[in-house]
Amino acid sequence: MTQDIGQIWVYLSASPLLGLTITLLAYQGAFWIYQRSGHNPLANPVLIAVAALVLFLSLTGTTYETYFAGAQFVHFLLGPATVALAIPLYTQFRRVRSMLLPVLAGLLAGSLTAIVSAVLVARLFGASSATQLSLAPKSVTTPIAMGIAERIGGIPSLTAVLVIVTGILGAVGARFVFDAIKVRDPAVRGFAIGIASHGIGTARAFQVSEQSGAFAALAMGMNGALTALLVPAIAGWLSN
Amino acid sequence: MLGALTQLLIFQLAGEVIARGLALPIPGPVLGMLFLFVALLLRGGPPPALQTTSQNLLQHLSLLFVPAGTGIMVHLHRVADEWLPLALSLLISTAATLIVTALVMKLCSRPPTGQAS
Repeated sequence: MTQDIGQIWVYLSASPLLGLTITLLAYQGAFWIYQRSGHNPLANPVLIAVAALVLFLSLTGTTYETYFAGAQFVHFLLGPATVALAIPLYTQFRRVRSMLLPVLAGLLAGSLTAIVSAVLVARLFGASSATQLSLAPKSVTTPIAMGIAERIGGIPSLTAVLVIVTGILGAVGARFVFDAIKVRDPAVRGFAIGIASHGIGTARAFQVSEQSGAFAALAMGMNGALTALLVPAIAGWLSN
Repeated sequence: MLGALTQLLIFQLAGEVIARGLALPIPGPVLGMLFLFVALLLRGGPPPALQTTSQNLLQHLSLLFVPAGTGIMVHLHRVADEWLPLALSLLISTAATLIVTALVMKLCSRPPTGQAS
């Protein structure tokens, strides 16, 4: 057992240590700013942390591969965190069951809107076909979106970035959109943010209320599955 | 905490194995979430340790997206070349998705309970 820990340490200190440490530092700094701003959505912690890391890596001439060798330990936790979303979902199950029709209708309408509008707007403004296809799954969580992009001829690593930007946009802007269209029910707000901007939107929704967060988690899971079915099915039409 | 983390990993592993084994389009972790949800329904709630660990993990869910987001540095060229269609697509599509989802749900909702009786 002690030898195992020793080996893990040797592995970590070879270089991944830096990537891991700066990820945690950048995030905690960003989260501190977010808290100081009174949880202002404009001070989104993912946005600030990513900006700080890109700046740091560029200035020190560190490649993304070297950085990711360390940051992958954080990235890995996305899996168990996704599984853990079952718990808030369970807590809110009664409310979810009473809203079955609006939930299913919202899911279908939102999922289609997310896919089709992203591709059409990009095409209208002259994006290349690879970029258009990379945009199609942008509203679902990173691992699903990358898998879809790969299947339909997009660029998976570009999709990963577009997914994160979409998540940040939703987390930052949702409050203003909902206020403008006078949607106040925390369940509806949470569900819509989960459809449009997956886990980053869900993280933001949890910071607003447990109910919003649970509905966002539900939306994110359902939309991940539905988008994985829809995008390959309409990819031929999308790339015409 | 260790036990709870192991439980989460086991559900993820089960989801991963079944999704790949049956070639389902649903990703492993999402299937794992579904399995855990069913387990919670059968059990009548999460054990306290799992509840605490999950809360801790979900409290900093946004941290987990930072490594993938930093990948934008690899694509700075493409993003610089196609910034206008990319920016407009993401902005318009995200806003449209929020609006359509919320309004469709509102439209399909029954009037608030309490007025009925």
